[in-house]
Amino acid sequence: MYSEKVMDHFTNPRNVGVIENPSGVGEEGNPSCGDIMKMYLKVENDIIIDAKFQTFGCGAAIASSSMATEMIKGKTLEEAWTLSNKAVAEALDGLPPNKMHCSVLAEETIHKAINDFLVKSGREPWGDGECSSCGHDCDTCEL
Amino acid sequence: MDKKIIYMDHAATTYTAKEVVEAMIPYFSDEFGNPSSVYSIGQSNKKVLDLARKQAASAINAQPDEIFFTNGGTESDNWALKGAAFANERKGKHIITTSIEHHAVLHSCEWLASRGFEITYLPVDKFGMVSPESVEKAIRQDTILISVMYANNEVGTIQPIAEIGKIARKHGICFHTDAVQAVGHVPIDVVSENIDLLSLSGHKLYGPKGIGALYIRKGTRIQSFMHGGAQERKRRAGTENVPGIVGLGAAIERAVTHLPEEMDRLTDLRNELTRELLKIPATHLNGHPTKRLPNNTNIIFEYIEGESVLLLLNMKGICASTGSACNSASLEPSHVLTAMGIPHEIAHGSIRLTIGERTTAEDVKIVTAALKETVEKLRAMSPLTPKELKNVQ
Repeated sequence: MYSEKVMDHFTNPRNVGVIENPSGVGEEGNPSCGDIMKMYLKVENDIIIDAKFQTFGCGAAIASSSMATEMIKGKTLEEAWTLSNKAVAEALDGLPPNKMHCSVLAEETIHKAINDFLVKSGREPWGDGECSSCGHDCDTCEL
Repeated sequence: MDKKIIYMDHAATTYTAKEVVEAMIPYFSDEFGNPSSVYSIGQSNKKVLDLARKQAASAINAQPDEIFFTNGGTESDNWALKGAAFANERKGKHIITTSIEHHAVLHSCEWLASRGFEITYLPVDKFGMVSPESVEKAIRQDTILISVMYANNEVGTIQPIAEIGKIARKHGICFHTDAVQAVGHVPIDVVSENIDLLSLSGHKLYGPKGIGALYIRKGTRIQSFMHGGAQERKRRAGTENVPGIVGLGAAIERAVTHLPEEMDRLTDLRNELTRELLKIPATHLNGHPTKRLPNNTNIIFEYIEGESVLLLLNMKGICASTGSACNSASLEPSHVLTAMGIPHEIAHGSIRLTIGERTTAEDVKIVTAALKETVEKLRAMSPLTPKELKNVQ
């Protein structure tokens, strides 16, 4: 059902935990839907120098969090913002169709964390990309 | 490769017992005759069917000619619901069932509703128990069928079938029970419990998959479901699955023979498993504490999600199941847990362990330790876990 990469990131997740005094924090999802992601960012000169996560959810949700945090570490905020859910899923060698929303959740959580940082530092938050919601109506999500 | 598998998902399916397989083998190639044929290799297979019918009947205190072989629990449920509904539709179109039935019953009811039948889905209490009073209250002039499962497949709660049967009989309404999880696991008596229709399945009691039966009490109004040849006294057409039927008969007889001792042994092991798992903080038992299948425990672990628990258990060679949405295509948590009033957010953390004949006290110890470790690992990762429960950062 899951690729070896998903199982690797699920069983040995990278970047689990909390950053004390983070530059930005984002949380997405809903416990009644079965998954919540929370990401912590440390930002210096608009570069993400550290990222950590906490996730309540299935194997795909945990693996997506792990992979997404790996992929944004060392990236500029703009690069991290453009990380798509598809790129996260591809990096995991694919996710089952009914688990694609987990990668969407990762993308959304990163956006929230970046915007939290921007607002905290007195800047305008950035607009959302194509997919603006998750945790609701997953059945109709075509991603 | 050599890793030992600890199988705790017997409610999903059981292996076919060795002696059952041995009983079946001659009927594939050597004794292959069609029971409808006049020559002796056909006729001898007819006798074999009669023996299996007797074995199945005696397990539930029925008569052999009240047993009709089907391809499994789902077919039996479909036949019972649709067959009884259409046979009685002139009397009325109202059916009473419960909100915790297997999908074979629920989806048959939904289909019947699309054909003009009206369905009442009775609620259950927090233990997953239907009250006989609610059944009686739901009865109307046009009620033609009551269908209440014997024991729930997820949480194991055993329903007050004898009391519901009495009510159904008093009102002259046909009473069906889906006993797929119960036959061979707890004693059943269709006569004293006033059951008119009962579904059973082979692969839940160490018999083969693809075989089951519907018990139809003599005189019960029910239409045929499969139309064709004259098999099963013209009520269920199709050449009989002779090896499967032989296996079902052998498996039922075997299960019933060992039933009292096995019930006690499993109950003790199950209680030990439950007791140990409930020592983990923020856990709850689902289902009735005592009125439940001897082999079933179902526990919620708060702050974590069931599929991730199953994946980690699987890596340790342990097989279990969950009511979490993440384990289903629908992304909805189990309808049984939600009917019991369990909030969605914690229903996702439910794990069902169903033990069986090969389960040992050692297995219980291994699974308990594995679950403790798994729960701790996932809770350490979860943003929902309160600080005091996190011993790892």
